[in-house]
Amino acid sequence: MTRTKLTRATWSTTLGLLGGLALAAPLAADENADLVINGDLNITVRTEAPAHLDGALSEITSGWVYRSDETQQLQMDDFDNPGMIFVDQAMDVWGTPDGTEGKSCASCHDDPAVSMKGVRAVYPKWNEEAGEVRTLAMQINACRESRMGADKWDIVKSDMVNMEALISVQSRGMPVNVAIDGPAQETWEKGKEIYYTRFGQLELACANCHEDNYGNYIRADHLSQGQINGFPAYRLKNAKLNAVQDRFKGCVRDTRAETFKPGSPEFNALELYVASRGNGLSVEGPSVRN
Amino acid sequence: MTRKLMPMAFVLAAGAATSLAAAEVAPSDVVYDDYGAIEAPLTETAGSAEEGAKVMTNRGLGNCVACHAVTALESAPFHGEVGPPLDGVADRWSVAELRGIVANAKKTYDGTIMPAFYKTSGYIRPGDAFTGKAGTEPLPPLLTAQQIEDVVAFLTTLKE
Ligand code: HEC
Ligand code: HEC
Repeated sequence: MTRTKLTRATWSTTLGLLGGLALAAPLAADENADLVINGDLNITVRTEAPAHLDGALSEITSGWVYRSDETQQLQMDDFDNPGMIFVDQAMDVWGTPDGTEGKSCASCHDDPAVSMKGVRAVYPKWNEEAGEVRTLAMQINACRESRMGADKWDIVKSDMVNMEALISVQSRGMPVNVAIDGPAQETWEKGKEIYYTRFGQLELACANCHEDNYGNYIRADHLSQGQINGFPAYRLKNAKLNAVQDRFKGCVRDTRAETFKPGSPEFNALELYVASRGNGLSVEGPSVRN
Repeated sequence: MTRKLMPMAFVLAAGAATSLAAAEVAPSDVVYDDYGAIEAPLTETAGSAEEGAKVMTNRGLGNCVACHAVTALESAPFHGEVGPPLDGVADRWSVAELRGIVANAKKTYDGTIMPAFYKTSGYIRPGDAFTGKAGTEPLPPLLTAQQIEDVVAFLTTLKE
């Protein structure tokens, strides 16, 4: 770990010196840019690492920092952010009754701007009654099943992801602050173990790319810290909002490993752990990524 | 005339490939020395630097440039910076050492991020290539014995 850290610094200098070797950098990003949305909503995209990281990262940074200037700009104004269309769509669903109880989200939670403020920032979160750590998607499905008598949503499909975006927007700018102690600790430890396990034929852990190599290019991809404060994320690549666990699945697949399923205990634990690595960054979803 | 000769050439080439396959060192039989080097070539056919260059830039094969910058391969776009630039690597390492690094770099650098290209088992949740589905060990190695020799032949040209 330390070794890679040191060499990183050395190589960047080397690459800088050998001008001819600047083969990478498809679209340079301004890693020092600040994110202010709609001219007045300040987003913390870099801050001190939480204590539980034990110095593994000197500073935590949002994935927004590593994107190209053009992609960064799309997130600076809600009229330009293509993810906001899906927030509007979810607002319609919010008020539409579904299931055997004839209720909608609004029947219990009224105005999301009031009732959902701060929610995204603390999820995944321990649920005392259920005796488990719940992701936001799990909580939404619990409401659908037990309070509305409606079917669960697939957690990587648009009904769910759009609803998560609507809920995220109500916390934009608030610091991520998930609890990792008490009853959540066991799940957190499990997620941490997964984060550092080198899966698949390429034997790569999340940490190999997102802790040891953020800021470096891997072929044309500019590696970020793999933070999830920006989720759901609108990706220019597939022109829709993407679920956190769908991203996890893609990254594990890219190590030539057998992936875990979205909604599995493993990915739920990983979601808590990765969220905690971003404690202190602002909730940013829906973000824009490439 | 060329038309008539073509099939013949193919038959010869195919025949040669089969007999050579028998002389290959299987991934589980490779002998590494204490420092991770492999003295003996993995095949009887000398590596081709030209083929090696293709393996290094092809995303479906070595994709070495995903992590390493190589000036001689500049025509292939987007070289990464996860590993050190490979220019001059033949001045730093012997052929046996280079062969060891490409086949399984973990024997040279403990815990390195560089994948092992000639290894078939001992993985955690091995997959079936990039499908995300389970794979069964032994997996096909990331590169064949001949492709390793080709890459090594290319690397030995990288002198400063
Ligand atoms: C082989 C390298 C590699 C590995 C291993 C890897 N990732 Fe990624 N990941 C990427 C790349 C490339 C991207 C796209 C660029 C970026 O945002 O870093 C990405 C993006 C992400 C993002 C989106 C970040 C954003 O702001 O949009 C998350 C979250 C993520 N990864 C989490 C993980 C987790 C969790 C693991 C382990 C289960 C993991 N990754 C393993 C390469 C990797
Ligand atoms: C995922 C990243 C990655 C990939 C892919 C990769 N390497 Fe490496 N390689 C590294 C790293 C990192 C090192 C340095 C060792 C270390 O510090 O762990 C290295 C070291 C080397 C060295 C020694 C370099 C020196 O200057 O001493 C050679 C030679 C090499 N790699 C060749 C290759 C070849 C050939 C391929 C493809 C067949 C390849 N690498 C693919 C990451 C990678």
